[in-house]
Amino acid sequence: MSDHIIKFDKVGKSYGSLKVLDGLDFEVKRGEKVTIIGPSGSGKSTVLRVLMTLETINAGVVYVGNEPLWHEQCNGALVPAGEGHLRKMRQQLGMVFQQFNLFPHMTVRRNIAEAPVKVLGLSRQDANLRAEELLEMVGLADQADKYPHQLSGGQQQRVGIARALAMRPKVMLFDEPTSALDPELVGEVLNVIARLASEHDLTMLLVTHEMRFAREVSDRVCFFDKGRIKEQGTPEELFTDPKEQRTRDFLKAVLDA
Amino acid sequence: MLFGIEWDTSSELAFAWSILPILLIGLWVTVQATVLGFFVALVLGLILAVLKAAPSRFISWPARALTEFIRDTPLLIQLFFLYYVLPEYGIVLPAFLTGALALGLQYSAYTSEVYRAGLEAIGRDQREAARALNFPAAHTFTHVLLPQAIPRIIPAMGNYLVSIMKDVPVLSVVTVLEMLNVAKIIGDRTFDYMVPLSMVGGLYLIMTLVASAGVRLLDMRLPKQGLPLK
Repeated sequence: MSDHIIKFDKVGKSYGSLKVLDGLDFEVKRGEKVTIIGPSGSGKSTVLRVLMTLETINAGVVYVGNEPLWHEQCNGALVPAGEGHLRKMRQQLGMVFQQFNLFPHMTVRRNIAEAPVKVLGLSRQDANLRAEELLEMVGLADQADKYPHQLSGGQQQRVGIARALAMRPKVMLFDEPTSALDPELVGEVLNVIARLASEHDLTMLLVTHEMRFAREVSDRVCFFDKGRIKEQGTPEELFTDPKEQRTRDFLKAVLDA
Repeated sequence: MLFGIEWDTSSELAFAWSILPILLIGLWVTVQATVLGFFVALVLGLILAVLKAAPSRFISWPARALTEFIRDTPLLIQLFFLYYVLPEYGIVLPAFLTGALALGLQYSAYTSEVYRAGLEAIGRDQREAARALNFPAAHTFTHVLLPQAIPRIIPAMGNYLVSIMKDVPVLSVVTVLEMLNVAKIIGDRTFDYMVPLSMVGGLYLIMTLVASAGVRLLDMRLPKQGLPLK
């Protein structure tokens, strides 16, 4: 049993001739907070989407908790996984989307409680209780009965975080959680994520353009370029003393902007 | 005399007044055929829409072909087929039921397209959120997609309700005594077509206006909860 909760083993993913992931090797330890940075099209969001089983892979194997995510063992060979296996594996992951992806026709409470009821089999009462606890945690205890469109973007994203946490995932995936927000709303969402990172032993994978934030919360920062990890290290190493010219150029471009 | 009700031909007005109850009996048949036909169209259309969206081509293509076939052949042929051909295979349905089914079948091809458009208008993000939360596929459909599609499709469905209502007279060719057929019989017997036909026109106008108003009311009353409509 290795201490890796996530492992990408020579994973390839392409759209036609465009290689989004190019023989990617990537590992995440239990409880580790990893930030993925890189130019658009470098495959950083794809890593999260592959983990959330929103996108398939073309080559290699992805492991979550030592079990292949996209494959099943069949007579000693790895075969593409069926929906049953995917459902079981998906249970360990939670995702926060760039555009929040809340259900507009459900109240905030229902948005959070729906999956625990339908998927985990909690009673409506218990699920509502869980929803209210999580809303308390993200500072929205008084908004449970509102609909998503009645909230600000920052509040909606905090509901999105609560919704993912309600499933008690082992790994949380944040896909550019603040990119769709007005600048003055970014802080409240980052605060919630930062608190989550410091108070829980959750494994967290974060794709972001907020470099200062990445530096504060992550144990490790990975710079993606052309479907591979070009360079990685502690935030200190990567931000103050990047080895690769490509990393230096990228950091210069985003930090000057 | 029709349905045991006598008419009074002493004056146009007395004639109109005396045949009104007869026409209302026909109107009731028209309403029943409309409601039953619309119900069939709503249910069958949803089934067709789901089949057309199926990931397997072996399911989606036949469903698409069937929709196209139903849509591109006249209602009258489908009606004749159900009424005259099915009994040869031992399936005998009453004229009214056959007619309502034919209407429902014809319009299911149209309503399935409305459903399809309504479902497709919902962004990919909703399906992805449902998948990330591990919802079973059926739950995603009934609790995430459909509730968001319904407010969008109500106006279009309302139009088809009115269309079905206006197509009910076609059922007269298989002996259904709907309102227009009743009016024609009255005309045949009294040689006065003008009065019963005008009355049917007027009654139709009232029915369609009421139906449209009902649909609009439903559309306004239905909670939209921040759905991006148009």
